[in-house]
Amino acid sequence: MTMTDDPIAPQRRARKQARRSMFIRRPFFTVSLIVAVGFVACAVFAPLIAPYDPVQQSITAMMAPPGGAHLLGTDSYGQDILSRIIYGARYALLIAFFAILIGATGGLILGTAAGLTTGWVEWVLLRVIDSILALPSLILAIAVIAILGQGVDKVAIAVGISMIGPFARTVRSDVLQVSSQLFVEAAGLMSITRLTVIWRHILPNIVFPLGVQITVRVSEAILVSSSLSFLGIGVTPPTPDWGLMIAEGRGFVSFAPWMSGMPGIALALLLIALAIVGDGIREEFDPKMRGHQ
Amino acid sequence: MIAAHDVAPAHLPDTTPPEPQVLFELVEVEKVFMVRKPGSLFGGAKVGLPALDGVRLKIRKGASVALVGESGSGKSTLLRVLLGLTRPTQGHALYQGRPIDQVRAEGPAFARQVAMIYQDARGSLNPRMTIAALIAEPLRHFRICPEADIPDRVHSLLARVGLPAEVADRYPAAMSGGQVRRVAIARALASEPTVLVADEAVSGLDVSTQAQLLNLLRRLQRDMALTLVFITHDLGVASYLCEEIAIMYLGRIVETGPTNAVLTAPAHPYARALRRAAPEFFAPISDPLPGEIPSPLDLPTGCRFSGRCDVAQADCHLSDPALVRLGGGASDRAAACFHPLLPDANTDLGHTTATHLKRDIHA
Amino acid sequence: MTHTILPEMIVPRPLSRGPASPDPYLPGTPGSDPLLTVTGLTVYRGSRRILDDVSFTLARGETLALVGESGAGKSTIASALMGLLAGRARVTGQAAFDDVPDLLAITSKGWSGLRGQRIAMIFQDAGAALNPCFTVGSQLTSVLRRQLGLDRATARQRAVTLLDSVGLNDAAARMSAYPHQLSGGMQQRVMVAIALACDPDLLFADEPTSALDVTIQAQIVRLILDQTRAKGASCVFVLHDLALASQTCDRIVVLYAGQVMESGPSDVVLNDPRHPYTRLLKSCVIEIGTHDLDPPDGSVPGYDDLPGGCRFATRCPRRLPRCAAERPPLTTLAGRSLACWNPETGE
Repeated sequence: MTMTDDPIAPQRRARKQARRSMFIRRPFFTVSLIVAVGFVACAVFAPLIAPYDPVQQSITAMMAPPGGAHLLGTDSYGQDILSRIIYGARYALLIAFFAILIGATGGLILGTAAGLTTGWVEWVLLRVIDSILALPSLILAIAVIAILGQGVDKVAIAVGISMIGPFARTVRSDVLQVSSQLFVEAAGLMSITRLTVIWRHILPNIVFPLGVQITVRVSEAILVSSSLSFLGIGVTPPTPDWGLMIAEGRGFVSFAPWMSGMPGIALALLLIALAIVGDGIREEFDPKMRGHQ
Repeated sequence: MIAAHDVAPAHLPDTTPPEPQVLFELVEVEKVFMVRKPGSLFGGAKVGLPALDGVRLKIRKGASVALVGESGSGKSTLLRVLLGLTRPTQGHALYQGRPIDQVRAEGPAFARQVAMIYQDARGSLNPRMTIAALIAEPLRHFRICPEADIPDRVHSLLARVGLPAEVADRYPAAMSGGQVRRVAIARALASEPTVLVADEAVSGLDVSTQAQLLNLLRRLQRDMALTLVFITHDLGVASYLCEEIAIMYLGRIVETGPTNAVLTAPAHPYARALRRAAPEFFAPISDPLPGEIPSPLDLPTGCRFSGRCDVAQADCHLSDPALVRLGGGASDRAAACFHPLLPDANTDLGHTTATHLKRDIHA
Repeated sequence: MTHTILPEMIVPRPLSRGPASPDPYLPGTPGSDPLLTVTGLTVYRGSRRILDDVSFTLARGETLALVGESGAGKSTIASALMGLLAGRARVTGQAAFDDVPDLLAITSKGWSGLRGQRIAMIFQDAGAALNPCFTVGSQLTSVLRRQLGLDRATARQRAVTLLDSVGLNDAAARMSAYPHQLSGGMQQRVMVAIALACDPDLLFADEPTSALDVTIQAQIVRLILDQTRAKGASCVFVLHDLALASQTCDRIVVLYAGQVMESGPSDVVLNDPRHPYTRLLKSCVIEIGTHDLDPPDGSVPGYDDLPGGCRFATRCPRRLPRCAAERPPLTTLAGRSLACWNPETGE
């Protein structure tokens, strides 16, 4: 018995077409992706793009409104806001990257362990996750900063630790869901050892949803790190950080709104763009959501 | 099963003993699950849910056995007992004379000899592995062939189940329901098993795909001299694929024997009801069996089928009949009924005593 | 191009068939009073034609089976005729129902008083069709109050009678049960009670028993037939089981990939199939005692990959060169309608 006709080929063709037209089908996604990539490019090539040194102060050009020599104006020290925003993207994305690295790694380890163990070990791990989750990530990050002190690296660590809880929770539920799948039972039936089953069958199936989680949580990491700087306990001045810039402009909002407004717009733009990109990626590639299209 | 009829394939060497070896033997197997008492929200009040009760079954090498029953009949639990995934609460579940769970714990030999095909074939395949990787996994795990021969072996397995070689690079999600079942069969065959256990392996498919798969399974069973344990709810499928049948009701085997004989003249009233309920071209719709399968938590006294049985008599409500041989020691049929419906049997009292006399313990 | 099956095409059932005593569960003689006439029903989803020029007639009091494999469009026919495809697909054609000139032209408001009252539906999965948050009794009484305008007490009384008539023992007590507390068979009985609450003229039953055990299947099929016959309603069954179709339905429409292959009285079509697809479908049915199956290779093609003419052409053992290019029209042959350039000659 051989299969004379092949119902797979057309499906494959259709999927290829769908992939090609994804940018056309999702115009918001495309625009957001361009914005996000633009911010990343700013961060990488900041010295080449920025018109001024971000920490160069100038008494002659204090609080200059947008236009002319300073496209987005200057702050109370005469520092160019556009250059500071461009360099600020560097810090925002750098902090987010390392924070996500810490959060996702910690969450993967803790969540996988909690999902695979039973009895008192599971109980202890769950209480650890619960205790991280009990505090909002900003409060937890403030607590960690209080222990570690200020600085870009410290902010990344603090935000990363505060994100272990949410990551661990989703990883654990994914592990539980995958473990109950039939192919895991089938592997056990084949007398494949537990460790091999975890490595070969369970982990590959939770790494993808973890990737989706990361795209969604990058914006959260940026927001928390900016909040820390805004509160004055994150990075130290004169580092060009958006949160710090917003905080510095707070006192001058009535007559120099661009000082807080410009970094605020940059922050909002990046967060919205990242959220739309994350949603698009999830909807396009998450097998669980594929059926709803 | 009692049956020992022509199950040895013709092309095996002459040294095959006339009486094929018994692979699986279940003796008075009972499985009780402890569940929370229905209706109690708090507190640990637990009650026993008997999923299997007094099950006896023999499966000989090379036999093809259908386990038939409706939902709640315990066929899935029986399957787990046969695979050594569940340990019976009472009784013995033996593979070649030794407890199945013990044999399974000793190493991969049992897993290699007994392969399983799931009803949900797609769910039993890791979605992140290609077809080639899925079939190669048992080849590597059981060290069936040297690493270099694996691609060739994968292709020959795919060809054996009627799939073209180019599907090897695809993922299960890109294949149709019928093709995924073929992949599951190829994967089961990879370990060169002697026993193939299939759970509703052809249900939920279009009739032409189902017919293709049934032909494939039948050919494989004959060519490879496999022992086939096939769980199904479809009597037509059972009669097409299996020479022996065991009909289950509420955790107990109520009738066993050669498929043809059982389905032509069922002895147990439940077997007859199942037989009549199966759709048949232009046959008038028979009177359906009244009521539904009772909850195992609330079993009727006496025979568990007595509440729905149209030939139940007073004694049926008093004591529970065991699975006994019908018509003397030489018979290969057995039924758990005080008043079996044999072709020559009437339901009059005189005959009832006669069938009572014929009862002997079947083991 | 439309192909209407005119009532005169329906040949009377041969008298010789069946037992001497009239059996109420054998398909009866089809009436000549048409209730539903579907002409050229075509459904587009995007550019795909998932139903292609489907025509059939249903007489008052008749049962009809739509049979075919998955992707044949059986359920789509029922959804299109119930107006459930609005906004999701483009529907063309005409479906005259009793005094309604065209069901397919009705807009959302026009369905009140029609859907649920004169045309009702039973779904495959009763557990999913019933609302898990409300008791069986409140779901049934709300239907009765909304559709028939009964007051609370009368509706409740009527609901108990209905549940009793569909064989739910201890109906008054079952009124306060939630769907999950009932077995699959009981849920399907409740569905039947809700569907028949307003004495509909036409009942669609979409695979009503495929989720149930065989002994329960027999109960439900018999219940639906009993209830519709008692009320003189017509019934359209969507089925995949040809043997069950032959047992339950007067007439049968065999579909493949959205096209009608063959249709007519079920004994004529199934005893002597003339379309190669009907023959193939019948040859794949496994009955007890079947010992040889000769299924064709391949499977139903996807909608992206359909041949232009007869959609069965790619798998047909009797195909001619013209089959893939040119669609055969529905013609009358040996007492049934048939779309084939090279039909079987029969015995």
